[in-house]
This record gives sequence, C-alpha cells and structure tokens, in this order.
Amino acid sequence: MSTFTDPSIDPYTSSRQTTEGTVFSVTGGDWDSLVTEIGATKEERVVVNMGPQHPSTHGVLRLVLELEGETVTELRCGIGYLHTGIEKNAEYRSWTQGVTFVTRMDYLSPLFNEAAYCLGVEKLLGITEDVPERASVIRVLMMELNRISSHMVALGTGALELGALSPMIFCFREREKVLDVFEMISGLRMNMAYIRPGGVAVDLPAGALAKIRETVKELRRDFKDNDKLLIGNTIWMKRTEGVGYLDLAGCTTLGITGPVLRSTGMPWDLRKMAPYSGYENYNFDVITADTCDVYGRFLIRMSELEQSLRIIEQCVEKLEKMEGAPVMVADKKIAWPSQLALGGDGLGNSLDHIREIMGTSMEALIHHFILVTEGFRVPAGQVYTAVESPRGELGVHLVSDGGTRPYRLHFREPSFNNLQSTSAMCEGSLIADVVAAVASIDPVMGGVDR
Amino acid sequence: MTGMFGATGSGDTSGFGGLVKSAVSPGSSQRPYGSYFDDVADDLERAYPDFATAIEKVVVYRGELTLHVKRENLVEVALILRDQLRFEMCLGVSGVHYPEDLGRELHAVIPLLSMTHNRRIRLEVSVPQSDPHLPSLVEVWAGSNWNERETFDMFGIIFDGHPGLTRILMPDDWRGHPQLKDYPLGGIPVEYKGATVPPPDERRSYR
Repeated sequence: MSTFTDPSIDPYTSSRQTTEGTVFSVTGGDWDSLVTEIGATKEERVVVNMGPQHPSTHGVLRLVLELEGETVTELRCGIGYLHTGIEKNAEYRSWTQGVTFVTRMDYLSPLFNEAAYCLGVEKLLGITEDVPERASVIRVLMMELNRISSHMVALGTGALELGALSPMIFCFREREKVLDVFEMISGLRMNMAYIRPGGVAVDLPAGALAKIRETVKELRRDFKDNDKLLIGNTIWMKRTEGVGYLDLAGCTTLGITGPVLRSTGMPWDLRKMAPYSGYENYNFDVITADTCDVYGRFLIRMSELEQSLRIIEQCVEKLEKMEGAPVMVADKKIAWPSQLALGGDGLGNSLDHIREIMGTSMEALIHHFILVTEGFRVPAGQVYTAVESPRGELGVHLVSDGGTRPYRLHFREPSFNNLQSTSAMCEGSLIADVVAAVASIDPVMGGVDR
Repeated sequence: MTGMFGATGSGDTSGFGGLVKSAVSPGSSQRPYGSYFDDVADDLERAYPDFATAIEKVVVYRGELTLHVKRENLVEVALILRDQLRFEMCLGVSGVHYPEDLGRELHAVIPLLSMTHNRRIRLEVSVPQSDPHLPSLVEVWAGSNWNERETFDMFGIIFDGHPGLTRILMPDDWRGHPQLKDYPLGGIPVEYKGATVPPPDERRSYR
C-alpha cells in the first residue's frame, strides 16, 4: 500500500459523479469533511444507505433512507444478506433431520421453530393426540424459557441501540441464566434440536426442576433492575413515546402479529386463541397496550416476562407429578429408536442402547438402521400450523408427498412479515426514530432471510 | 447412477424400503365438511354467485379447509373473503412446485386468518409453468408484498399488478428460481485429508 496521500482525495469520504447525482462513500472517520462536502452541493434530498453492516440495524438489515434534513421521506428495506436456503435444504433430509435445520432459522427463538415444525409433522402424521403429556409440558416449559431469553435480547439490544448501555448488561446477565438451563436440559445453549416429531429428544435430567425453580426466583428478583432503569425514565420515554406509530388497521393489512399487534390494544395471542401443546391448561394473561408506539411494545415485552415465569412455575408443578412418564410417542415406527444420553460434553449416544442393538437384538438393529437412515414416512397432504413466538405468529406450511422427507417446507416468519411495517412506521419521522422503530419490531435476520 | 441397493426415485436412502411411488394428494371433499367449514362455504356461496365456477374444489384435510381457486377469480374471491367474511389477515404466500402435475405445475398457497371469528382457511391457486402469471393480492392485503416477491424469487411465479416485483432473498442478478424441483441443491465438494466427499445433491442417498 502506498503511504502517499493526495490531499485533494479524502480517504474516508470519496465522492464520484453518477447520473443519479453525486455519490459519497463514507468509510468511517471524518464526518466533518463529509458534511462540508454535502453542504457544497445544492441538493436538499439525501439518500442514505444504512447497513447491512451497521451497529443499530439489529442484524444484517439494510435500510435505504431518503432524507430531507433529518426527516425520513422514504424508507426501503433490503434483506436477504443472511439467506441460507434452509427451506430448500430441508427437502433433502428426513423429517427428523428437519428439526436441526429449522432451529437455525430464527436463532433467538430456536425452540419455537422446532415446536411449530414438529406440531406440523405430527398433524400430518395424525398423531397430535398421541404426544405424551409430559412431552407437551416440557415443550411449553422450554418455549416459555425461550420467550424470556428472546425478549431479553430484544430489550437489551433495543436499549443499546438507543444509547442505554446498562439495560443491555442486565438483560444478557438474565439471558445467560436461561441459557444455562437450556444447556443443562438439552446439552446446548442455542439451536438445540431438542423438540422432535413425537415428543422431545431426552427427558429432563435429575435436578433440572430444582434448578428451574431457583432460576425463576432469581429472574423475578433481577428483572426489577431493568424495570427501575427504564419504566418511567424521562429520556427513555422521550425516545420511545409516540414513535413508530402503527394502528390496528395498519397491522391487519400488513399481517403484523405479536407485541406490535398487541400494542394497538388487540389481545391477540395464539396461546389463548388457538391453544396448542395444552396451553389452555395454564393461567396467564395476554398483555396489551393501547399506545401503538415503541414504548407500548417495550412495556408489553417487560410484562410478558412475568407471565412466562408464571407459566414456567405451573409447568414445574405439573412435571413434578409426572416423574418417569414417557416423553416420546409410543409408536416405535415413528419414535426415534434411542433416547440420547446426556454426558459432561453434551448429548451423545446412549451406551445402553448401543449395547442392546449391537449385542442382543438383530431386529432392534435393523429397526434402528431404517429409522435413522431412511426415516419414517409421512402421509401425503399439506398442513399449516402456527405458534405464538416472541415476535408473533410463527407458521409452518408443510407439504408431504408420502415420502420420508418434506416435499415443501415454508416458514411464515413473523420477523419477515413485521419488518414490512418499517416504511409505514418511519416515513415522516426523524432518522433517529428509525432505530427505535426497528428495534421495537425486533426482527431477527436469521428468521427474515432463512 | 443408482444407489447401492438399486433404489431410485423414492425417499429411500437405505434400499430396504423398496421402490415406493409418490402418493397423490387427498382429493376433493364432500359435504358436510365439519367444524365451521360449512359456514364458511355457505357464506362464500351466498356472497359470491360464481362460486361453482371459481372454486375448483374444496379439500378438508387434517382439520384444515383449502379452497382451490381459479386464477382469473382470485382477486374477486379475496375481496369478498376480506370484506364480507372478515378474513382480515393474509398470512403470506407459499409456493409449491409439482413438476408432475402437468399444466398446473406451480401452486401458490395462501393461508388466511379471520380475527373477528377466529377462523382459518387456505386458498390454493395453480398455474402452468409455461405461463406463470397470477394476479397480485397486494391491493387486497398490503402485507402480501414481500411474500409475493419471495414466491417470485423462489418459484418464478409472476404476480401481475405487484408494485415492485423484484428478487428479495437472492441477489438481484441471480439466475433461476432455487425452490423449483429441477433446480439442483448444489454445494461444493468437500476435501478432507485426501478423500473427497461430493456436493450434497450428488451423494448417493440424495439422488
């Protein structure tokens, strides 16, 4: 690299002429020189490309903003930077392997992806009623723990993007406790592929319920730190109140669900409206706000934490009474042949099972071989199942041709659909409010792009 | 090109399952459909005089109602469903490619939700791959915008009347539509310590 610099060329903000006008490439550093140069042009209108690598776009989201002064006149999203072709890949794998793929879509709520997918496979198989109750309760328990860890990232990064550092530290401290529970139960902190068609991969280990009780107590105590920091905080409210406005009509036409929809006063929660996995047997409230703004969505997420804790406590009570009950369907043609064993380094082979198939039973070995390599067949047809993920309606459209792999797998991602509302929320507002509005939608780009 | 056990064309990766023909989708259902489905069908028949010609078949499967709509009538049916039957929310567009369903290779599946009545139905429209045009539903439900762009991107279905039908997930200059069944999964061969593993779609079990 040359060490000579031409004083007429700014190393940080070079400009070039195009048919569209002057284009400035800002590569960091000297903001003053850019402002001077833009000031020299007669254009009032400036188009700013924000992202895909930007600390406050909540992931690899690209926002194209047309500005007049500090006011956003037009906003377009550019997505697809995290497209991984999961839906295509899953068509080449067995129905059980599909869990491992879908868990990686929305990486902040892996258990919801798994649950929605497995509920779909079970519906196609016609075994929804056969899933053991203990498995359903464990699913609910894991999903609600996951809702907490996901909301913690939404709140923490949202606050960080608006310049509040301490809430982020508290939120990640709390999230860590939840991830510890995940690790204890499934062997993994994220992307655990724990929920499987027909049940869950492995039963709770000894001491898990005591640990969860302890964690719930700690979380309930520590959530107060964030409450005290943010609720009613003048600066926080000035940044969030009346910002990112979207009313009920806007939400319905744009297909917006989750906390954004509930911030319009609509108590729409699939756990109540279309219960799955036995949600009708739990006591909890659907939290709403009527402000249609970022502050309302923030309050909803904060209050949903307590509701999740309530559900988790009820799960623990139920599980204590069901010690030793099965966690996988009884049908040996569908259930994964072995229960995995949880060792010090994560989930692994069950040595007892290997001893049985290798040493004692040829039939068990053949059975294992067919189920593991080929997988089970699923009757032809299509279903759509939906769960209430932390971001809204997470729907799965599954098509089977009667084979051992999904013929088509499509996720109706709440992040993808909710992100469409950024234009409606932000056009006409200040550029600083764009960051608040996007954070309140809480898009996870892994889910948006799949 | 055959697998180790001589099986081709089935989902079988072991060979022990023998050759299995793909099962066909469930056929059209007879009344009564059960649940609230009869009410929905009655209401739609009453509100839409061309019901018999526009709705090709009604399928109830696994407790879900699917209305197969002719593409010419899609927007009319959608408007009546939205305004009179209160299906306020459209939950996206999911494409499916059936290369063996000649003349109707590409299907678009549109789940609808009525929050007023807490009901769900599904519309299904099919188009030939040689003429992959569908009317856009963006005017009916604005949220269809990105979903239709995704279905165009992945399947090449062209939504007429869409305000800006461009690719959304794949790069703008990408060729082909990756979710079509004849589009290869691709991938790169993996070499490890001298041994080469072929790309995923060329491995024995995925042929």
